Parts: sequence; structure tokens; C-alpha cells
Amino acid sequence: MTQAIALDQVWKFYGDYAALRDCTLSVQEGSCCALLGRNGAGKTTLLRILAGLTTFQGGAVSMFGEKPRAEKARRQSGFLGHGIGIYEDLSAAENLHFFARITGSADIRSLTTTWLERVGLTRVASMPVRQFSRGMRQRLALARTFIHSPKILLLDEPFTSLDDRAIAMLSELLVEARQRGATIVLSTHQLREALAVASHVALVENGRLRYTGERTQEMLDDPSLLYRLHTDLGAPQ
Amino acid sequence: MNLFAQALAVARKDLAIELRTKESLNAAGSFAIVILLIFSFAFESFSDEMNEFGGGLLWLVFAFAGALVFNRGFARELPNECLDTLLASPLSAAGLIIGKAFANFAMLLVVELVSLIVFGIFYGIDWLSKGAWLSVVFALATWGVSILGAVFGALTVNLRLRELMLPVIIYPLMIPLLIAAIELTNTVLNQHSVSGQMEWIRVLVASDIVFTTLAWMLADAILVN
Repeated sequence: MTQAIALDQVWKFYGDYAALRDCTLSVQEGSCCALLGRNGAGKTTLLRILAGLTTFQGGAVSMFGEKPRAEKARRQSGFLGHGIGIYEDLSAAENLHFFARITGSADIRSLTTTWLERVGLTRVASMPVRQFSRGMRQRLALARTFIHSPKILLLDEPFTSLDDRAIAMLSELLVEARQRGATIVLSTHQLREALAVASHVALVENGRLRYTGERTQEMLDDPSLLYRLHTDLGAPQ
Repeated sequence: MNLFAQALAVARKDLAIELRTKESLNAAGSFAIVILLIFSFAFESFSDEMNEFGGGLLWLVFAFAGALVFNRGFARELPNECLDTLLASPLSAAGLIIGKAFANFAMLLVVELVSLIVFGIFYGIDWLSKGAWLSVVFALATWGVSILGAVFGALTVNLRLRELMLPVIIYPLMIPLLIAAIELTNTVLNQHSVSGQMEWIRVLVASDIVFTTLAWMLADAILVN
């Protein structure tokens, strides 16, 4: 199996504070790695480095052999951060059309139509996003992230504050992405949802990777097992 | 997708948002009109002297109104963390900054056109007959100002006092552009030949090339981290 993502002894500082300390991680192509850890552990920083949104001070990072800021790496990845990354004053169709265009997708018009149907927004396609409900915005953000069928998906807390319909849609999209061979890295502190979709697990605590390995049946049966075994703080209450 | 196509996509998106919200155009346009009106009371309008300092007055107004346009350029990307989404996409940082400059350029030209109409009416200046040279001067100077506005709009986007910091930083850098633009505008308004002022055209062209090249080369360093 090809290595899709590799972090080698990565350090990241915010001033004097080390947000990531000597992190080494390898994610194989086609796998789904759940970055687990409490708030402030360094999950978002790690994902931002992979997405090419921030620099790092030590070590090396590669995505399919390319640096994260390389155009080839960004062309192959889809990023969903804490913000939904869509424009309030554009319509749903205009948003998707714009993102399809900048990701270099072919046949933008039909792709936009397909994804609007997929996320159930065809009826409101020409309505400005500012008039959308929270759930509709979330579904549009999912369409925006998946529209160019990225080979690597970087998702930061994707399940947080999603409504039922969006959770079902995201789960379905993640399964489909894995079936077509996409590599997924998702950060979360919601253990059950993450472990259900993950093939691998990386546990981050105080900027250090405490555990990396395959997700096991024991973890599914007892989601807090990882914390008890591999962190100083014990299981989340 | 090449750099030009990327920049055009960003500019089209920004102009579509601006046409819907009119945030920048309303603010910059009304500011320009008010300033021109106030100065029309302060100076003796319809006098020959207006041809002497009309260029200075116009470019002062454009520089101040421009800051209102430039401040909105990258601030538009802050809600919903759109800037992060763009930077993580295949869109290059240079494409993003140059696209913002295209949008700035188009909006500033609209403000300039409105200002010229007001200027013509309240100061009794016939600028329409000098339209060809005036267009050349305005296009060259406006591009330089627009690319500077885009670069420093990107640099200041995350500052709490960006509305203050952006003008403080860009006005000193605009000085060569503004001097050249003022000299050339006065020359055109005075019906003199621009061919005797080619050094100022060269200043505008050189500034445009230098600022655009720097924006292209430093875009990643400006926007990432």
C-alpha cells in the first residue's frame, strides 16, 4: 500500500509554546485515520499543517511525496475546517460553481447540478446562502468539500454541530470516499462517531502523538480505552 | 488552471458579491462625492486654477476612497473561514491576490468615473474631451494602487485595527504612483502634451511591474501562516 501522508518529527511553535512536539505519523492510501485528543491537544494544528495553512519549524511533511503547499498536493486534497468555507452573499449554485472552477474540475455546470441534487439543495439553488438554515449550510459545505473528488480528505471536527441529516450524509460520503480509495484524516473528540468510520487511530496529547495504530474491536467496545492506556490524564469523564 | 484564469475566477466572485451587497462601492463612492463637494465650496470652482490642482484633488480622493475598497477585499473572506478554504484549495496564493487586485481595479474605476462626473459638474472641468489620455493615466495608476491595496489588504486582514493600519502602511508606498498620476492628470487637464511627460508614464509602468511582480513572488509568504 502507498504512503499517502507522512509526518516526520514535526515541531510547531506558537511563540515559545510547542503546539506539536516531534510528531511522526504515516497514513496509508485508502485508510481513514481518526486524530483523537482533547481540546487544545494539537489536532487542528496538525490538520492545518497538512492542509498547507500553516508552516512548521522542524521535521518534514509530505502528501503523496509533495510538500503540503505544492499545487499538486492541494489539487488532490479537500479541506473542511471549523468554518464552513462558503460565501453568504452567493447562492448555493454560485458557491459550488466557484469552488468547482478553482479546483480545476471539468464540466462544472453538470457537477454543480449533481452535487446540489446530492445534498438536497436543488430547490434553493439560486437562493443566497444567508437565507439558509444551519443544516442547509452544513450540507452545502459538504458538497463544497467533496465536489472535486479529492484523493485526500482533511476534516477538522466534521461531526461537530451537524444535524441528523448532515451526519448521515457525511457518513455516506466518507464511506463512498473510502470505496474509491480516498485517504481520510479527521480530527475529533467525539470518540464513537470517529471510531465507527476510522481504520486507524492517532491519539494526540499536549502536542505529542501518544499512540498510532489500527482501530481495534476493543476500541469500538470501549471508546475511552485509548485514553486510559495512553494518556496521563485518563479517560474523559 | 493558469494564474490569469484563477485571478479572473476570484475577481468575478468578488464582483458578484459586491454587486449584491454594494458595501465597498456605496462607501467609497459616497465618500468621494462628499469630499469633492466640500472642496468645491473651499476652492473657487470654474477658475483656471482648478486645472493646476485638479489632478491632486482627484488622486487624493481616489487614494482615500481606495482604502475603503481595499479594506473589504480580504475582510470578505473572513466569515465562515473562507480564506482558509481558498488557501487549502488548488488556487495559488498569487492567483488570489491578483484576483483581489482585479476586483479592486474594477471597483476603483467605477468610483473614479463617478468622481470625474461630479468633478466635471462642480468644478467646470471638461475632462471628456481628454478621455483617451486620461484613461491611460487612470488605468496605469489605478492598477498600481489596486495591487498595493490587495497585497497590504492580505497582510492586514487579521489585524484588529486593519481599517487604520492599511492606509497607514500603503499611503507612503503609493507616493511615487500618486506623484506620477497627479502630474500626468494635471498635464492632461491643462491640454498640454503628455509626450513631454513620458518619464511619469515610465514611473507608472515601472511601479505597476514592480508591485505586481512582488505580489506574485511573495504571495505565499504573505498569506500562509
